[in-house]
Amino acid sequence: MSVSPDVVPTMEPVNKPYTETVPSISVEQQQEQILKAKYGNLAKKGGSSLLQKRLAQKGGNKYFDSGDYNMARAKVGGKQKIPIEVKKEVTGDHMPTPDELPRVRKASQSSLVIPQLN
Amino acid sequence: MAGSGPSGNDDLLWYFSQVKGTMDDEVSEPDIISTVEFNHDGELLATGDKGGRVVIFQREPSNKATGSRSSEYNVYSTFQSHEPEFDYLKSLEIEEKINKIRWLSQRNQAHFLLSTNDKTVKLWKVSEREKQAVGFNLRDEDGQLYMGGVRPRTLVVPHYEPMELMIEASPKKVFANAHMYHINSISVNSDDETYLSADDLRINLWNLEITDRSFNIVDIKPENMENLTEVITAAEYHPKECHTFVYSSSKGTIRLCDMRESALCDQHAKIFEEPEDPASRSFFSEIISSISDVKFSHSGRYMITRDYLSINVWDLNMENKPVESFQVHEYLRSKLCSLYENDCIFDKFECCWNGTDSAIMTGSYNNFFRVFDCNSKKDVTLEASRENSRQRAQLKSKKVSQGGKRKKDEVSVDSLDFNRKILHTAWHPKDKIIAVAATNNLYIFDSNNSAPHPR
Repeated sequence: MSVSPDVVPTMEPVNKPYTETVPSISVEQQQEQILKAKYGNLAKKGGSSLLQKRLAQKGGNKYFDSGDYNMARAKVGGKQKIPIEVKKEVTGDHMPTPDELPRVRKASQSSLVIPQLN
Repeated sequence: MAGSGPSGNDDLLWYFSQVKGTMDDEVSEPDIISTVEFNHDGELLATGDKGGRVVIFQREPSNKATGSRSSEYNVYSTFQSHEPEFDYLKSLEIEEKINKIRWLSQRNQAHFLLSTNDKTVKLWKVSEREKQAVGFNLRDEDGQLYMGGVRPRTLVVPHYEPMELMIEASPKKVFANAHMYHINSISVNSDDETYLSADDLRINLWNLEITDRSFNIVDIKPENMENLTEVITAAEYHPKECHTFVYSSSKGTIRLCDMRESALCDQHAKIFEEPEDPASRSFFSEIISSISDVKFSHSGRYMITRDYLSINVWDLNMENKPVESFQVHEYLRSKLCSLYENDCIFDKFECCWNGTDSAIMTGSYNNFFRVFDCNSKKDVTLEASRENSRQRAQLKSKKVSQGGKRKKDEVSVDSLDFNRKILHTAWHPKDKIIAVAATNNLYIFDSNNSAPHPR
């Protein structure tokens, strides 16, 4: 919207409102500006980094290895367990396979199954 | 424009019937409902949850005295469909959350459904047992053989005796190891023999009888993953044409493919896309245009697609724009920045048709859900809440106000609870009954203001 300094405009062009308050950008673009102000420029050419990030994230939870995974799951179940009974069991007589490891105990029934009052 | 209260239109008028699940404030994560689906005659209603369990409800049989049918559903069967697994190769957890359930059409007394988590599809058979065999000579009642060659003194003829009804669910087929990415959709073909499963980048075709082989029919994985621009978000078979299916993408397009054209359907037969106005483009444009669900009408002539802010009705004969576009929650457009920050902008809302294809429904936030009448273009916003859970209570129409001036009954957009979201809804294939999943609760509403049913 620049005007050459040599030319004195004799008439305001109709499609260049000077005093109107109509926003020149959409609501969405306003939101984008708020986001950019917070986090800086996000755009990256050549493929969507957003998509790649989400595809990677959707891999569920990443664990260091299966031991880490089982430890994490055991911890979740541990909160629900009653105080430990000390069992006398022989350990180390064979290598356990994943199937033999104790499954994390969780509520076996969906709460939808519980009969309601209404 | 929201419809104003009771308009006399059946599809927009709803009454509370039942709510399933606990009313505790504390929500146990495995109880979060992740899919809801009626079977083909609406007698059964299945839900899947984050804990990998399936609960099937059965409609109350008709009242023999009055002949009327209540909309009450009671638990029929429940089973653990999927267990959490660990992908040893990638050190990733495979969640047991049930992403989708699809019923097969009934072929015998038993009921069959497909349920899937991120990686594995399973075929479950749900059958009733009302008889048991009794009177064996060589074994006792528990089935244990009499030891030592005991000779029975008298011979009896084994026969069937009625027993208490038992519902048994057993996994019949497991379709595993065919998807590198997360399965988002399954759809049974109208031929009742095959089905498709879709993940972010590929769609596979299966035969219901064969678990060790699957054909890849769509592959949009780029050579170089850094060039990834688009993922598959949903896929569905045409309800009548066994060779036609559609899949939607994160870029807001829907591709229709014809399996007769070639084995690999990378070339679409039709592409449905509304051209975007480049002037109004923003960082959010593509994210909110991502289609989260696509559903064919029962007739097969139309389909609805849900993106973040709207629900569109497409005529399969017209590719360049939808025949109808309804705003679901336009007031969120000015909140996109915060919805991006709290990840809500990525929420995947589903949508569904009613049995006669005259109305459509989808969910929103604050436990609101929206019903649109395709003919009158009227719509209503309703809430699935405990406050509305009185027997036969009529759901009041809700309105969200954006600006400063908030009328008395309106809800301010800033007070909306974005943690209470309705992503999954289902509509009975024949009757005016809807099922709405609100986190860990399943609400059932009906449109007939009939006499209260007995508890």
